[in-house]
Amino acid sequence: MSDTHSQLAFVRTEMLAQKEPPVAEKGVVKWVRSNLFSSWSNSILTVVALYLIVQLIMNAGPWFANGIWSTNSLAECREILQGASGGCFSVLSERWNQLLFGIAYPDTQYWRPTLAFVLMLVAASPVLFSKLPRGMLIFTGLYPFLAYWLIWGGTMMTSIIALLGFVAAYLAFRKAERAGFSIGLGAGIIAAVVVWKVLGMFAGELSILPLEEVPSRNMGGFMLNMMLGTICISLSLPIGIALALGRQSHMPIIKGISVVFIEFIRGVPLITLLFVANVVLGYFFPPETNMDLILRVIIMITMFASAYIAEVIRGGLAALPKGQYEAADSLGLDYTQAMRFIILPQALKISIPGIVNVAVGLFKDTTLVSVISMFDLVGMIRGPILASTEWNGVYWELYGFAALLFFITCYGISQYSQWLERQLRTDHR
Amino acid sequence: MKKSVFLGALTVAGLTAGAAAAATLDDVKARGKLNCGVTTGLVGFAAPDANGEWQGFDVAVCRAVAAAVLGDPAAVEFVPTTGKTRFTALASGEIDLLARNTTWTFSRDTDLKFDFIGVNYYDGQGFMVPKSLGVTSAKELDGATVCIQTGTTTELNLADFFRINNISYEPVPIETNAEAQPLYLEGACDVYTTDASGLAATRAAFENPGDHVILPEIISKEPLGPLVRHGDNDWGDITMWVLNALIAAEEYGITSANIEEMSAGTNNPEINRILGTEGELGAMIGLDNAWGKRAIAAGGNYGEIFAKNIGEETPVGLARGLNAQWKDGGLLYAPPFR
Repeated sequence: MSDTHSQLAFVRTEMLAQKEPPVAEKGVVKWVRSNLFSSWSNSILTVVALYLIVQLIMNAGPWFANGIWSTNSLAECREILQGASGGCFSVLSERWNQLLFGIAYPDTQYWRPTLAFVLMLVAASPVLFSKLPRGMLIFTGLYPFLAYWLIWGGTMMTSIIALLGFVAAYLAFRKAERAGFSIGLGAGIIAAVVVWKVLGMFAGELSILPLEEVPSRNMGGFMLNMMLGTICISLSLPIGIALALGRQSHMPIIKGISVVFIEFIRGVPLITLLFVANVVLGYFFPPETNMDLILRVIIMITMFASAYIAEVIRGGLAALPKGQYEAADSLGLDYTQAMRFIILPQALKISIPGIVNVAVGLFKDTTLVSVISMFDLVGMIRGPILASTEWNGVYWELYGFAALLFFITCYGISQYSQWLERQLRTDHR
Repeated sequence: MKKSVFLGALTVAGLTAGAAAAATLDDVKARGKLNCGVTTGLVGFAAPDANGEWQGFDVAVCRAVAAAVLGDPAAVEFVPTTGKTRFTALASGEIDLLARNTTWTFSRDTDLKFDFIGVNYYDGQGFMVPKSLGVTSAKELDGATVCIQTGTTTELNLADFFRINNISYEPVPIETNAEAQPLYLEGACDVYTTDASGLAATRAAFENPGDHVILPEIISKEPLGPLVRHGDNDWGDITMWVLNALIAAEEYGITSANIEEMSAGTNNPEINRILGTEGELGAMIGLDNAWGKRAIAAGGNYGEIFAKNIGEETPVGLARGLNAQWKDGGLLYAPPFR
């Protein structure tokens, strides 16, 4: 073998060092070639797109760069700009508080809704992220009462009594639950009503940590959108579940009520319901007991959202194989147990994307209240700010700001739901 | 059975509404605040400023009534209303007074069961077009696209005008004045039509107001005034005479500057009666005698309110025109205080 070896002119004894790939096959050039200029048609599209992007930057760039932040009116902005392109962002620096909190929220109290917002993030986190300590859920339970007190003000007693009522209801429910779910529920409701009635009598005399009271009609701006969105979505989830189960029920009356409710609400545009809340309900209450407009709107939006959520959850229920229901039955579980332990956990998991979809849509729909003359973020812009003599004519800056706020919130929600779907995926794809 | 329950509920609702309407003055006094309906925002007429304080020509009427009835021009709860929700808000008792540049028409006064308490601004519907269009008369607008606010009398006037002149148009419906502005500037419509005061205010906010002309035709009468529910004449009288007091104050030269001096007593008995130093006018409408003085002190007389909010010195820049005193050739004419 050594002979053959010696006869060969050249034998490589060690590996060649790796060569750099050709310039056209690596790095930026390859990326550009394969992604931007892979064919004639793609090249043309790339060039056109680049041209558009450059144009956009050339036009919008100076508008942002020349932006003016410190004048007192649009006329002053125009004077400074002298016809040059530039945004008049002064409207944001002068009216930011109205855009966020509405026209009438007392400005010394802005810390209250802000704190409520921060606490909302804390309260929502154990619900959203299952890895956080479960003890935090106690705070989540306390949060609605705390937030009510922070935002509306007044004495803390109202919130405490409401909370005690719920605690009593829960305890009564646990005691009576053995006799059956519905008996437990009844006992809970009775306990809550008793506690509210009894404690309500003493409420006027005690005043704990009173804050300046802010009536509902003084709520506005982005705060109002956040409030409506959060309250209505959290209320509509349990109602939606109940409706979805009701629709599947074998009891004709419950089924009938659920079907009629869902189909009626889904068949009516939200804006119509809002007009009903604003206009028609007013006739049915005597003037002195005029129900809060916000409360009326919350009821209507909640009804609307729960009908949609009910349909999403019904989809989840229908997607479960029949075997799951039968398995629950064969274990000897009664209806409530089967639902609580077997059906709903699975059905709700399937429904998450749909629920988030409804939530994002609903959050954006809260701007519709501007049509019934409530000053939410869009209502503030359409009404008072554009009608002030100083800012009449500022459009891009204001609507851009509103779009930015909504985009941040909705993008956050949608990112979360995508993350959650990845977390819950158990099928090892 | 169900029907009768429903009708019964309606009757109860109607009765309670009626009972409440019969004593608006008592309600307002008990509440300590006047619920006053205003627009969600119209330049010069009503809009909150940076501090959330409502300012404007219509707002001044609310403040004057509050000052007369409750003694405090700040004791007003402003309820913003849109063109569509304003009448139900008043009819349902949510507001005591609607001061929202609302045109006084036959059907609103009778069929909708309201009482207009007077006119605080005489307006008329006009047209604004870009100068580049080269139009000099509204009759040349055949085939034009017209931006028009829905739910207003302007919508109906427009249809009437084009029908009378036998020309056609294409309406572009919009919700508020603020929305019309960019649409018109972008060229989504050739013509913008609304009350002449609104046109002037809108044009004043343009970057180049000189590029747009307001056509000479005024196609309608738009007497804008505050209104109250029909059926409570006592309350209607109070609001009506507060408005008249503001107008009369200008006629007799009572201003916010000299009101203290004049209320010490003058040699003009009419002024003395308005300011309550003579006669018992207050008792006749269920108020004290200084009601007129307080109403005028709240924001000045009619002329001062006009000049401060929409007059020629302001960005809105409206001339007095029809809204001058009758002595100066206008239509403002307050009945005698006697």
